[in-house]
Amino acid sequence: MAAPTGIKSPTRARIAARTLRTDRWWLYPTFTALVLLAFVAYATYRAFVGEHYFAEPYLTPFYSPCVTTECVEGSSHLGTWVGDWWPLSPAVLILVIPLSLRLTCYYYRKAYYRSFWMSPPACAVAEPHRRYTGETRFPLILQNIHRYALYLALAYNVLLTYDAVMAFKSPEGEWGHMGLGTLILVVNAVLLGLYSLSCHSCRHIIGGRLRSFSKHPVRYRAWGMVSVLNGRHAQLAWASLVWVAFTDFYIWMVASGTWSDPRFF
Amino acid sequence: MGYDLQMKVWRGDATGGELVDYTVPVEEGEVVLDALHRIQATQSGDLAVRWNCKAGKCGSCSTEINGKPRLACMTRLSTFEDGETVTVTPLRAFPVIRDLVTDVSYNYKVAETIPAFAPEPRPADGAYRMQQVDVERGQEFRKCIECFLCQTVCHVIRDHEENKPQFSGPRFFLRYAELEMHPLDTNDRRQLAREQAGIGLCNITKCCTEVCPEGIHITDNAIIPMKERVVDRSFDPVTWLGRKIFRRDQLEEAQVPQSRAE
Ligand code: SF4
Ligand code: SF4
Ligand code: FES
Ligand code: FES
Repeated sequence: MAAPTGIKSPTRARIAARTLRTDRWWLYPTFTALVLLAFVAYATYRAFVGEHYFAEPYLTPFYSPCVTTECVEGSSHLGTWVGDWWPLSPAVLILVIPLSLRLTCYYYRKAYYRSFWMSPPACAVAEPHRRYTGETRFPLILQNIHRYALYLALAYNVLLTYDAVMAFKSPEGEWGHMGLGTLILVVNAVLLGLYSLSCHSCRHIIGGRLRSFSKHPVRYRAWGMVSVLNGRHAQLAWASLVWVAFTDFYIWMVASGTWSDPRFF
Repeated sequence: MGYDLQMKVWRGDATGGELVDYTVPVEEGEVVLDALHRIQATQSGDLAVRWNCKAGKCGSCSTEINGKPRLACMTRLSTFEDGETVTVTPLRAFPVIRDLVTDVSYNYKVAETIPAFAPEPRPADGAYRMQQVDVERGQEFRKCIECFLCQTVCHVIRDHEENKPQFSGPRFFLRYAELEMHPLDTNDRRQLAREQAGIGLCNITKCCTEVCPEGIHITDNAIIPMKERVVDRSFDPVTWLGRKIFRRDQLEEAQVPQSRAE
């Protein structure tokens, strides 16, 4: 057997317990794991079913933009330039973008390293792994491309904003309509926008990378604003995640005729 | 109003030890360090505990209280439930010397390896000038009291002794960040942050921030910004190209002042 390491190393105080914490430290990792699993299960199902994703004028964010010939009529704002070779549902093509943002997001990294990888499960609770190389090796070294996922996601947010604007058209194609679905799509675009803007890489690019703030007053001010949002990054990560699933669910229900969309005007 | 506090205190040294039960009369408003001092004064005169200021400013009294790294002088007894047993152990990431005292010299060795502040030459009138916004930026990092609670909680070394030679730990990522964000400093420590300080080993699980008694946002304001700087330096193809084109890679990179090998 290899020599004991960590809290069992020979020079350290000999204490058998893996942790002496008496509070419910397992609550955060357990809850996080459950919510993330529920989201992944829901999103996978919805991404692969390939139906009930468009209810004029609402297009669910999971299928926006819809770019294969398989897309239902009216749902392809950007055309169907991908054509018909793509074998899976059109959602799978596009979900790669938000997925890569969230997978490499500094906040979600904390969340899943703790709750799935248990590295560590909670502070001052010994992790079960013998070896640990952090983010220095493949594949985790790829977390360093997070800023590129952000650039893509920012472009994707433009499309979601476009979808939210289009939701002000009535099903007959006339401007000046608003239904509950419009409101839901607007909130969705705002939350996803705030989530991406509050990103740590965004904060760095906007001004954090500067050595001197005083030489760049405009970027300093922008950095200050992003920093305020950044302080709420974890909350925005959760809120936008839950809301995007809810948005999809709402449009699914409308598209399948389970309920109809209340119209404000 | 006084009452009896049930305590378990780790007693021993590198050859072994155990949690010893104590019943300690305490007063309302007292802190864990008071209870430890009472044990010393009335029950076990040889209990080893390090302390100095009793005001949360010297960083000497770091221990683990009910499993959480904390300052004994800043942990009020009123934070525990009625009848709750308070367990105190030495820091579990460092070699134990005796009872609650550990050998934290690992941290001093790391400190020596960070290239010092290297200001640009003085301007003609001999006076360095810094704007208030630039001064304020590093202020948070200078609040550090070197209690090393963030170091002891960091699983990179707490759970993996073998990582110590390659890893500086959160307290020193603060130092790297502070210097890298200093407008007068001329060193580039980004390569070192990756290769010597092992910032890639940190998986930003934020325990350092959770335990810092000074409330420093270690992860958000120092580690992640340093990780992003390392990306600029080593992983981002666009900034890499920019460096080549504008010949910024000709600039000096800081050298290690002293090797970590003993
Ligand atoms: S965030 Fe990084 S440095 Fe801080 S405790 Fe976690 S692994 Fe260690
Ligand atoms: S950063 Fe905070 S926890 Fe770490 S040594 Fe400094 S004061 Fe202590
Ligand atoms: S999106 Fe979370 S840190 Fe970038
Ligand atoms: S005795 Fe100085 S910080 Fe506790």
